[in-house]
Amino acid sequence: MSVLDAKIPEGPIKDKWTNHKNNINVVNPANKRLIDVIVVGTGLAGGSASASLAEMGYSVKSFCFQDSPRRAHSIAAQGGINAAKNYQNDGDSVYRLFYDTVKGGDYRGREANVYRLAEVSANIIDQCVAQGVPFAREYGGLLDNRSFGGVLVSRTFYAKGQTGQQLLLGAYSAMNRQIGKGKIKMYHRHEMLDLVIVDGKARGIIARNLITGEIERHSAHAVVIASGGYGNVFFLSTNAMGSNGTAAWKIHKKGAFFANPCYTQIHPTCIPRSGDYQSKLTLMSESLRNDGRIWVPKNMEDVEAIRSGKLKPTQIAEENRDYYLERRYPAFGNLVPRDVASRAAKERCDAGYGVNQTGEAVYLDFSSAIQRYGKEAALVQGEKNASAERITELGEEVIKSKYGNLFQMYEKIVDDNPYKTPMMIYPAVHYTMGGIWVDYNLMTTIPGCYAAGEANFSDHGANRLGASALMQGLADGYFVLPYTIGDYLADEIRTGPIATDSPEFDQAEKDVNDLIDKLMGIQGTKSVDYFHKELGKVMWNNVGMSRNAAGLTEAQEKIRKIREEFWKGVRIPGDRNELNPELEKAIRVADFLELGELFAKDALDRNESCGGHFREESVEESGEQKGEAKRDDVNYKYVAAWEWTGDPGQAKLHKEELEFNDIELKQRSYK
Amino acid sequence: MKTSIARKVLMALSGLFLLLFLLQHFLINFLSVISPDSFNEVSHFMGTNPLIQFLMQPILIFGVVFHLGMGIYLERLNKKARNVKYAMNKPGTNSSWMSRNMIYTGLMVMAFLGLHFYDFWIPEITVKYVEGDMSGLLASGEFRYFHELQEKFHDPIRTGLYVVSFVFLMLHLLHGFQSAFQSVGFSHRKYTPIIKKLGNLYAIVIPLGFVFIAIFHYVSHL
Amino acid sequence: MSGKGMNLTLKIWRQKNAQSKGKMETYNVSGISEHMSFLEMLDVLNEQLINEGTEPVAFDHDCREGICGMCSLYINGEAHGPDRGVTTCQLHMRMFNDGDTIYIEPFRAKAFPVVKDLVVDRSAFDRIQHAGGFVSINTSGNTQDANAIPIPKADADKAFDAATCIGCGACVASCKNASAMLYVSAKVSQFALLPQGKIEAKERVLNMVEQMDEEGFGNCTNTGACEVECPKGISLENIARMNREYLSASITKES
Repeated sequence: MSVLDAKIPEGPIKDKWTNHKNNINVVNPANKRLIDVIVVGTGLAGGSASASLAEMGYSVKSFCFQDSPRRAHSIAAQGGINAAKNYQNDGDSVYRLFYDTVKGGDYRGREANVYRLAEVSANIIDQCVAQGVPFAREYGGLLDNRSFGGVLVSRTFYAKGQTGQQLLLGAYSAMNRQIGKGKIKMYHRHEMLDLVIVDGKARGIIARNLITGEIERHSAHAVVIASGGYGNVFFLSTNAMGSNGTAAWKIHKKGAFFANPCYTQIHPTCIPRSGDYQSKLTLMSESLRNDGRIWVPKNMEDVEAIRSGKLKPTQIAEENRDYYLERRYPAFGNLVPRDVASRAAKERCDAGYGVNQTGEAVYLDFSSAIQRYGKEAALVQGEKNASAERITELGEEVIKSKYGNLFQMYEKIVDDNPYKTPMMIYPAVHYTMGGIWVDYNLMTTIPGCYAAGEANFSDHGANRLGASALMQGLADGYFVLPYTIGDYLADEIRTGPIATDSPEFDQAEKDVNDLIDKLMGIQGTKSVDYFHKELGKVMWNNVGMSRNAAGLTEAQEKIRKIREEFWKGVRIPGDRNELNPELEKAIRVADFLELGELFAKDALDRNESCGGHFREESVEESGEQKGEAKRDDVNYKYVAAWEWTGDPGQAKLHKEELEFNDIELKQRSYK
Repeated sequence: MKTSIARKVLMALSGLFLLLFLLQHFLINFLSVISPDSFNEVSHFMGTNPLIQFLMQPILIFGVVFHLGMGIYLERLNKKARNVKYAMNKPGTNSSWMSRNMIYTGLMVMAFLGLHFYDFWIPEITVKYVEGDMSGLLASGEFRYFHELQEKFHDPIRTGLYVVSFVFLMLHLLHGFQSAFQSVGFSHRKYTPIIKKLGNLYAIVIPLGFVFIAIFHYVSHL
Repeated sequence: MSGKGMNLTLKIWRQKNAQSKGKMETYNVSGISEHMSFLEMLDVLNEQLINEGTEPVAFDHDCREGICGMCSLYINGEAHGPDRGVTTCQLHMRMFNDGDTIYIEPFRAKAFPVVKDLVVDRSAFDRIQHAGGFVSINTSGNTQDANAIPIPKADADKAFDAATCIGCGACVASCKNASAMLYVSAKVSQFALLPQGKIEAKERVLNMVEQMDEEGFGNCTNTGACEVECPKGISLENIARMNREYLSASITKES
């Protein structure tokens, strides 16, 4: 028997959550006041959890490193949020959303959790509308939906291209109401630097006030980690500059298992890197692939001519273009899932066909769509003999009405008109499906310590579908955690306030102080960013879209080496007792340098290709699927949960076998 | 009165009231160009009607003083809201000169009002309430109003000062008119552009009209 | 693309902490690519300062894609610099020329005290939201169905436009009076336009305006600078709507 107990309730899948809610312990309202809960992170999961817990009566302390809870990176989500409302009468249901999510995750998510997610998804929309979230509406005044992420139904609710922003502001407003009432105490510009465990239970955190540098002790009866993903381990990603894995990594080092760290989503449509100074990558919504065709030149001479500026992409004849997705995947073409599209782009660029200076870009071309829409529009408007210019003009208008804001964003960044010349895109790290291992109650392997949202691992398996991250964050925070945490806290009503002068707090604070003193004392010669970029290069080259045993082994060695150099050679100017962004970065990068190694180790251990994790050793050898990813359900149908042993390279693997009772395991095919 | 929006609304309401006053003042003055007799009659009515003298006039004075006092008070508060100035600031890129300098154009108009009171109002009050002559007549038996008006604009310096002052008034109104509507909460995608045009028309036509009247009387004397 | 990149002179506000006095300092950077974002140009400067053994310039930033509202900066006399409809992180160096001198200052307002260098404290904005920037409902999940109340598309769209405010503070920084009216009115408008928010509209506008005044922001004099500089194009209509809401609330309130 594994040490991991997922605590999945008994019974048929559709009754599990209801039965569980009926059977778990509940805390009396008068007692909730006496119970403190710490929530780290104020994105969709943390913000909604803070607000809900405070509404229920708990005394909540919320922490974020930004200057306001409203700035958490959930705010940058563009596309939308899924919910099984079936408003469009297209046959959507809880089961269908559940099925799509499990399948999309390449059968590496936990069935019971995913079903619950689908089940509460409809409540999220009700809740958000009641909060005043301005979702897009139709002329009849009802909510509009769109189709997203290659599923067969329209279940995505959206607010233009700013859905994440609107949902986060909804959660923020719910928090504000509780802050105004004194039920949430908000600690902004604070960073959690350690978890305090007393008698085996999570009892508080050590946080650094980023303005004064003061190290503070905060106690609670339970601690919720909702600090997001660790995509910044790659240095370049679509994450915010401050997004970090520190809170998750600190609890991992205190005993929380880290699950599936190698599951990373690399999003195919991002604006390519333009130079070494690049600090982050910008996502262009997935919806662009509905109308854009992806290609690179067929001939190397054309590639070289384009790079040297002698040829423009529009001058390349149709027969000299390689629409490689259409060529490889005739059935799905440009609409293959994110992981497949990303790998195909990398394959072409690795072969030397990248179309920009860095050799890491492919074209996303709207000219066919412009012509098609233009002809259609000319007919509709009764212009039978419309000139070629007129057709282009009409077609561009249609494209503008669909993607105007994205085209404008592209033009601002790249300074090139995507209506006239094809966009250049390249895959970029976007989301981490892996994270802290949690049971059905979202509790980690540390009693009293929970993980929610992108910080945990549970729902998306090895690949996340579009518009599902927002759903999971809010589901965890509004509708799951507030119930399940009560089951644990019901035993805490007699505990009384947790003292912060215990030896455990003394030790944790000392550890944090020692860490900071050690970092400040190095006074080496290279900036934090130097090491972060070095780490990012290794991660991207060896642990990126395509992985193999030799590369992963090398990556572990290289990361260890960078880590050693970091601890000898990093230079952090300034003082620890003041606002010091370099110190903040150094603490985060120190953790990434450990996490990166575990990431590579996990990727090495999983010798199968599934979802975002592609092992070159595990591909279909023959038949129609030749060369495509090959999942190995016999040997790898488990969650890899890693236990800290003092060295990321020596982490101990625990397996949670996944059971699929309600869905049949199938190969994903897009040919 | 205690909150920023209440003060701003009162500023707008007093401004709108002054706009109305200005309009009627202009119309009466304009009579001096087309018909001195009518001008005299209306002036006499305005100068002797008790409702206007003892109700409207105090309200007007209160309105002017209030608009001025509140304007200065708000300006002081607003200055305090930014205690450190920018080393480099380019406000011209995002707002009009008029909108940013209401206090200065306003103070110039107030300075002009001082001259204006000295020219007309104080002599009026002296004649009517100190000397007790409510007849409005000159020794010759004619109404004195048109005559006094003409006399004032014999002086080219005074005429020049009036012209300059009305330019300041124009600048003040170019922002003030539409701003008052915004302050009281009137904003509409269809009507606001019309109000802005109307405001610009008012802000240009009325002061230019006053300028015309001043120059007309100056020129007709030559 | 020019091969060598631009050489720039930067005049940057340096201030150790909230208590100390700051001053403008001059720095030179070279080899700046026109494709860099403004913040990446500052990254280059900071890397240079760290390598020289001096303290880098502190500035706020996070998402670097124009949505979190964390980045600020008053660049050459304008909030978020000379481009329109962008935040500083979306401002690109192609807006500048080789040899330019660029002034970089923090957003200035009494209500936004400087924390360090170019970092200011905008928590006044949060406190205004605590006073009423919400609909008082609990997250029960048992609220009525999302489609129970149809909302006219025009109202929903206007509410959305108001709700796109990112809370960056460019409106305050640009206003000659350091007024926060555009920011506050965006939230008041969003809720006033939706049936869910109308129920508490009166208390909301009164409370939020009271808090806004308490924080020390200036008065609105309708210069319109805020609307021009707002990276999200929040309309002045919202301020008019707030004035209207405030008037009717203060006239009709019972106590």
